[in-house]
Amino acid sequence: MRLAIDHRTTYRFSEPQRRLTQLLRLHPGDTSNQTVAGWHVHVDCDARMRHGRDGFGNHTTMLYVDGPVREIEIAVSGEVMTSDAGGVVRGGAEPLPPALFLRFTPLTTPDDAIRAFAEGVRGGTAIEQLHRLNVALFERATVKEMRLVPRRTAAQAFAADAVTPRGMAHIFVAAARVLGVPARYVSGYRSDGAHHSMPHGWAEAWVDDLGWIGFDATAGLSCDDHYVRVAAALDHAGAAPVAGSRLGEGTERMDVDVVARES
Amino acid sequence: MGQRAFDEVRGQGATARPELHALERWIAETPPGELKRRQQSAEATFRQLGITFAVYGESDASERIIPFDIVPRVFLPGEWARLSEGLVQRVEAINAFLKDIYGPRRILAEGVLPADLIFGNPQFRPEIAGLRPPHDVWAHICGIDLVRTGPDDFFVLEDNARTPSGVSYMLENREAMLRLCPELFRNFRVAAVDSYPDRLLETMRSVAPHGRGVNPVCVVLTPGHYNSAYYEHSFLADSMGVELVEAADLVVDDDKVFMRTIGGLVQVDVIYRRVDDDFLDPLVFRPDSMLGVPGLIAAFAAGNVAILNAPGNGIADDKAIYSYMPEIVRFYSGGEAKLPNVETWRCREPEALRYTLDHLEQLVVKLVDGSGGYGMLVGPTASRAEIEAFRAALIAEPHRYIAQPTLALSTVPTLSDAGLAPRHVDFRPFVLTGANGVQVVPGGLTRVALKEGSLVVNSSQGGGTKDSFVLMDEPEPGQSQSQSQSAGGMSQSQGS
Repeated sequence: MRLAIDHRTTYRFSEPQRRLTQLLRLHPGDTSNQTVAGWHVHVDCDARMRHGRDGFGNHTTMLYVDGPVREIEIAVSGEVMTSDAGGVVRGGAEPLPPALFLRFTPLTTPDDAIRAFAEGVRGGTAIEQLHRLNVALFERATVKEMRLVPRRTAAQAFAADAVTPRGMAHIFVAAARVLGVPARYVSGYRSDGAHHSMPHGWAEAWVDDLGWIGFDATAGLSCDDHYVRVAAALDHAGAAPVAGSRLGEGTERMDVDVVARES
Repeated sequence: MGQRAFDEVRGQGATARPELHALERWIAETPPGELKRRQQSAEATFRQLGITFAVYGESDASERIIPFDIVPRVFLPGEWARLSEGLVQRVEAINAFLKDIYGPRRILAEGVLPADLIFGNPQFRPEIAGLRPPHDVWAHICGIDLVRTGPDDFFVLEDNARTPSGVSYMLENREAMLRLCPELFRNFRVAAVDSYPDRLLETMRSVAPHGRGVNPVCVVLTPGHYNSAYYEHSFLADSMGVELVEAADLVVDDDKVFMRTIGGLVQVDVIYRRVDDDFLDPLVFRPDSMLGVPGLIAAFAAGNVAILNAPGNGIADDKAIYSYMPEIVRFYSGGEAKLPNVETWRCREPEALRYTLDHLEQLVVKLVDGSGGYGMLVGPTASRAEIEAFRAALIAEPHRYIAQPTLALSTVPTLSDAGLAPRHVDFRPFVLTGANGVQVVPGGLTRVALKEGSLVVNSSQGGGTKDSFVLMDEPEPGQSQSQSQSAGGMSQSQGS
């Protein structure tokens, strides 16, 4: 499948900022089932950009902007060829072993409720157990895009009436780790032709003999050729498309518009 | 305790070891009132300088000075030479381990360490994996905590490879001794420690990124004046003649680090940071923190700045890793560790837990992630209630604890209210690693448990400090004596 991505992020500041420093994870990498055909990141002001990779193997771009800045738009557009592998991810940069992805982080620490939920799906083969977890999450939660509560934890998301895709992925990751299965957060895109106010997020879990497998609990399915993986880490904090810091007074407002569709 | 402790002046005997007759004579001939007067004078100076610390958990946050004891502890030349060899070997292994564990991870591939010990350990920072510091040096400044049980019997209690403090005590204690007890420096050829700031600066310059000229810009990064070691941060910056900065004074642009000055931005090449990893770069480590320098890790990853000590070092001095240090040293050096560990039971292992629970009255039990003497049980001096509380904690979370025997820590004569009396000591020497090798500074921080019989030397628990004399060999016949008489004269280097 050939997918076209359009992803705009705009920051508006109530006061001019003297300096912006941002860490972007906006470049997808190639895997056996995902080939980046063209990719552009455009920033609408004078900025210095430096490319690198983080410890998880994700492509990173450091963005440095001198002030005064009142507004900045980061526009990402590109095309990616994908094929369906039943969610199995192969051929990506994997500098860290699955064992690392068993540790809990502040965003993925399970509470008693998540532990009990995880125990409820325990059993069967490794892959069956993960599918049960994925479906159980899909069936219990109402998924809703909404203004994100910053740094909302898996436990908070689990207790809420409605959950964002990010929250769903965090709960999946926390529960999988409770079951002793290495799991990680993935940020990226899912093509449905609709406009979204945030990039998509899902989870990957490790199954011996198969490898990393993508699970999207908002769909109750494993990932297929509608998905473009951009970055993976222990949780959203490590895979976030934009981590930013600004020097200046006032407040900021971030708006995101994402469209992913077949081209 | 069982066996009697080794006294560093008298050994196991009733009179001083031959090389230390002069010290015993000095102790005997100087009236206790005079010793007390000098000690008070030294403490008055420390108070004036502001060498204070805050005790955690005390409601009145008043700052205290660490008590100073006027009687020095002395290392003989041969003892020091052998100890130094062990320290060099250990610190080389720590650096090799860090380079490996954030790189190819050979030590795991060869099964020397269990992988979950690394990957499940929060001190292993995945954010740092794959990065290489300039010149491949990770642990530039190490403080290795040792205890002693005999003339050449040293055991490593703890490796400090993150931001070890205490070097200002080594320097200030020496200053005080030179001023208050000059006669000691006439009787003994004491290796100078006052070259420490020069050696530290030399170490910093040696690890500057390539191509930054002969005079790279070095700074000391402090969390600020509320930090309990702020005096040391400013003291070191001052004595090296480099800027003392806080995170807000630094800015990263184009993957390079700059310092704000009145003359504009100046590129910084080497940062001696006394800030924890969590507060280095909010874009990478703690997104909820306003502290730190955004982009610092990107500059480090790009090879444009050296950070002393490197981020991620906590995996090398973690207490859970500590018990594997003999294997780690053997793996990287190819030989047995010259400095042994204290025997350690890892309570995560069922047999070790059983042994620990059966011998709580004899053991020291520590939290794997504790420090400063907090969360620690000293079996022989603990009350029944304390022991039972630890038993419950151990059963609940065994993986959080290790246990060690209570060693008969060496004693040194120390001024007490009842005159001179033996008190237990430990030792933190400082080991510097630059691009050109490893050196041990001839001296260190001696901590002394001032309470009779106490084995806890932590300053937060009623410990004090002493000067640590490293004696040099007598000069060759015919060599000028003048040099040895001045305490600021020769310095000793133990390169590798």
